Amino acid sequence: MNQPTNISGATCRDAPILKERGQREVFCGLTGIIWLHRKMQDAFFLVVGSRTCAHLLQSAAGVMIFAEPRFGTAVLEEGDLAGMADAHEELDREVDRLLSRRPDIKQLFLVGSCPSEVIKLDLHRAAERLTVKHAPHVRVLNYSGSGIETTFTQGEDACLASMVPVLPETDERELLLVGALPDVVEDQAVDLLTKMGIGPIRVLPAHRSAEAPGVGPNTVYACLQPFLGDTSAALDRRGARMIQAPFPFGEEGTTLWLRAIADEFGVDDETFAHVTDAPRARARTAIANAAKALQGKTIFFMPDSQLEIPLARFLTRECGMEAIEIGQPYIHKGLVGPDMDLIPAGPTISEGQDVDKQLDRVRAARPDLTVCGLGLANPLEAEGLTTKWAIELVFTPVHFYEQAGDLAGLFSRPVRRRELLKLEAAE
Amino acid sequence: MKLTVWTYEGPPHVGAMRVATAMKGLHYVLHAPQGDTYADLLFTMIERRNHRPPVSYTTFEGRDLGTDTASIFRETCRDAYDRYQPQAMIVGASCTAELIQDDPGGLAEAMDIPVPVVALELPSYQRKENFGSDETFYQIVRALAQPMERTQEITANLIGPLALGFRHRDDIEEVKGLLYEMGIGVNVVAPFDATPEDIAKLGQAHFNVLMYPEHAETAARHLERTCSQPYTKTVPIGVGATHDFVAEVAQICAVEPKKDLSRLRQPWWSKSVDSTYLTGKRVFLFGDATHVKTAARIARDEMGFEVVGLGCYNREFARDIRKLAKDYGVEALITDDYLEVEKAIEDLAPEMILGTQMERHIGKRLGIPCAVISAPVHVQDFPARYSPQMGWEGANVIFDTWIHPLVMGLEEHLLHMFREDFEFHDEAGASHHGGHAPKPIAEAPAPEPVAAQPEAPVETGGDVMVWLADAERELKKIPFFVRGKAKRNTEKFAAERGVSEISIDTLYEAKAHFAR
Repeated sequence: MNQPTNISGATCRDAPILKERGQREVFCGLTGIIWLHRKMQDAFFLVVGSRTCAHLLQSAAGVMIFAEPRFGTAVLEEGDLAGMADAHEELDREVDRLLSRRPDIKQLFLVGSCPSEVIKLDLHRAAERLTVKHAPHVRVLNYSGSGIETTFTQGEDACLASMVPVLPETDERELLLVGALPDVVEDQAVDLLTKMGIGPIRVLPAHRSAEAPGVGPNTVYACLQPFLGDTSAALDRRGARMIQAPFPFGEEGTTLWLRAIADEFGVDDETFAHVTDAPRARARTAIANAAKALQGKTIFFMPDSQLEIPLARFLTRECGMEAIEIGQPYIHKGLVGPDMDLIPAGPTISEGQDVDKQLDRVRAARPDLTVCGLGLANPLEAEGLTTKWAIELVFTPVHFYEQAGDLAGLFSRPVRRRELLKLEAAE
Repeated sequence: MKLTVWTYEGPPHVGAMRVATAMKGLHYVLHAPQGDTYADLLFTMIERRNHRPPVSYTTFEGRDLGTDTASIFRETCRDAYDRYQPQAMIVGASCTAELIQDDPGGLAEAMDIPVPVVALELPSYQRKENFGSDETFYQIVRALAQPMERTQEITANLIGPLALGFRHRDDIEEVKGLLYEMGIGVNVVAPFDATPEDIAKLGQAHFNVLMYPEHAETAARHLERTCSQPYTKTVPIGVGATHDFVAEVAQICAVEPKKDLSRLRQPWWSKSVDSTYLTGKRVFLFGDATHVKTAARIARDEMGFEVVGLGCYNREFARDIRKLAKDYGVEALITDDYLEVEKAIEDLAPEMILGTQMERHIGKRLGIPCAVISAPVHVQDFPARYSPQMGWEGANVIFDTWIHPLVMGLEEHLLHMFREDFEFHDEAGASHHGGHAPKPIAEAPAPEPVAAQPEAPVETGGDVMVWLADAERELKKIPFFVRGKAKRNTEKFAAERGVSEISIDTLYEAKAHFAR
């Protein structure tokens, strides 16, 4: 009962992929800082970049969070571009100033940007130097969130991957959950697994650096998000082993994800059913309510958050939608393969983007719902198309059973709204 | 290298985008990496524009850097021309592309694109957004506008309004109305809704109305030089400034300064007795130089406030603002670091802030009412309703906007009298606000930074001045909207007299001293 419904015939895993190169309407990896800095409470994210980077963070945050944020941008100026030695000294000075003002900071991430990569400012060397200087109080790590290397959610992947090499070594058989989720959702996941007798359970990233999980040859891990390829590779290098499964979106996805972990830990069917039956039933009810507006409707995914394939699986299998195109910035079958196995061949699978050409396809197909970034949503609405902005999917609790109805609701709300509004004369 | 958290201005290419997005028939090819497309959402979300900004980004990646980013630029340029068929193009680089030195201008010139292509040099590591908009508009004007025969009737160009501007859409209508009343027509409004063909016709007008010096002063000077068009120096925000503007235009055009004041209500609203409570309210002003300059005059002369501090974030206008500050007897704050602005506001403890979206947040944190007078602004500052800042209606709008955050006059008195009423006490905030929620006094958080230490004297600042416990209790009985002033005045009074312990007597002696 807990195995995926077998799909007869070809699935999306084997479908040809339309690869495109051109203008991409996506954020860069710096954007991940917006949620990471709230998740990791003793970390500070220092972007080494330009005024554009600072402006992006401020604009992408939408509303500015004026409780002093634990991120900032060291803006490169004309002088820093002239000589490298200078830039390192300047960086050390800014870091000293920051750490003396914020003694609560235990982890500092130096985040590379497009300009810092182009001028080849070696942030890895800077991180090592600063770690020695500020040991043992602060650990300094570095990763790149630059647009020339990363898209949107890849920034979280790069951040978590940078943490893996410095996690303590352990031989314990532990389950590691990987990905930064809202606390309420993370707690639900841990609770479900604990009730099945699985443990100890650790989470990466931890709230505080002192709670950082250990990793070693007996660690098994499951990804919570479909964009953690580099982190997964880094964990593999530490000897850990991944549990592959579809991602925990919707009732089916959550069940398959939990089942894969339960199998790894030898949980019997009865226990599994005992723990999951009630929340599964609740999830089905909640999805059914929200899905009424979605039944039989078509959907087009522009590439954005990397959640596109798992969400297409959820919307087509649990909400009765029909996918026309599923675009993702990049496709890593080692992560989203199990989700692709569950989507019958049919929709166009695209990787990368040439936004003008893709918009031509949207206009030709006139989908009932288009999932896209904030730059495209209002222009498409003005053309009479209904849209769902993708950024909400990473800022809202959407994983696991109790949020499955909310997830469906994110998609049904714009559809219901279009049906609800009467803005013409009554006749 | 400078640590930045929130910025008043974006990079200069965002200024160029504000010009391009305001215009029609113009396309901007921007050499930029993936991610720089974030700027589109400023226009589509914050300003709710219903079309994509006319910008093609080359979106080069790390792996392209070793190879040929220049050909990616050429390809993007060609595709953009073929797809959008613009009347003119602007080309340039964002901060990252500036570093790889592909020379977009030179590349585009060599491509034989059959429409004018204007190359932009916007130094990202030195300049900011307002420089970018001013420079871009100037380059477009320089490339396309020429001296021409004047229109038969007297006409003006309205220059400066652009995308993401604070109320630019409605200011245009007000200024058109002011000119119309004097029998002056409008030749071209630019960049707002102008096409490159319109820009080519700028020379037909008799003069230019420079609406926003931040965005069009260089172009105005250029047109004065090349097309012999004078431009207006007065920005018509406020009653007095609008009268002056009409007089200036009348003089430039040698026409009667005709005005229709039938819709102007601000002067009576300000004179009416209900407004007495506005007298001497201490306000702090911060924003772009133009809006701060006009707001200072309105605040002092038309509202009867006391300006206790002012400043701007655009250094290009630092000299003007320092001069203005001198006239108002205050120190000018010229900075783009919001932490410095916050510190200045905290120290001055004004009763109201007139600022940007940054100051709105600062005000929220410090418990000081704030009205927005200048960009940068957020989605709530792009109202659906007609809401200009300029002209007679602008004066009305400003009166309403500025008093809205304040506690109303009679309510102030009631709060003085019944401040400890459990439902109607001073921690609850102004009663006409949606967020007004009477909480039991015991639970209400103290909005003042004065720590509640009942018996121990409280030190303030770095000096040795202390508030005795009973004086501090007395201070807390003063309603929130004047408590900051009372505290500051008392400390100033005590410092001047070398008093180091503030007692109830000190508090009331200071009150008597500062009574007006």
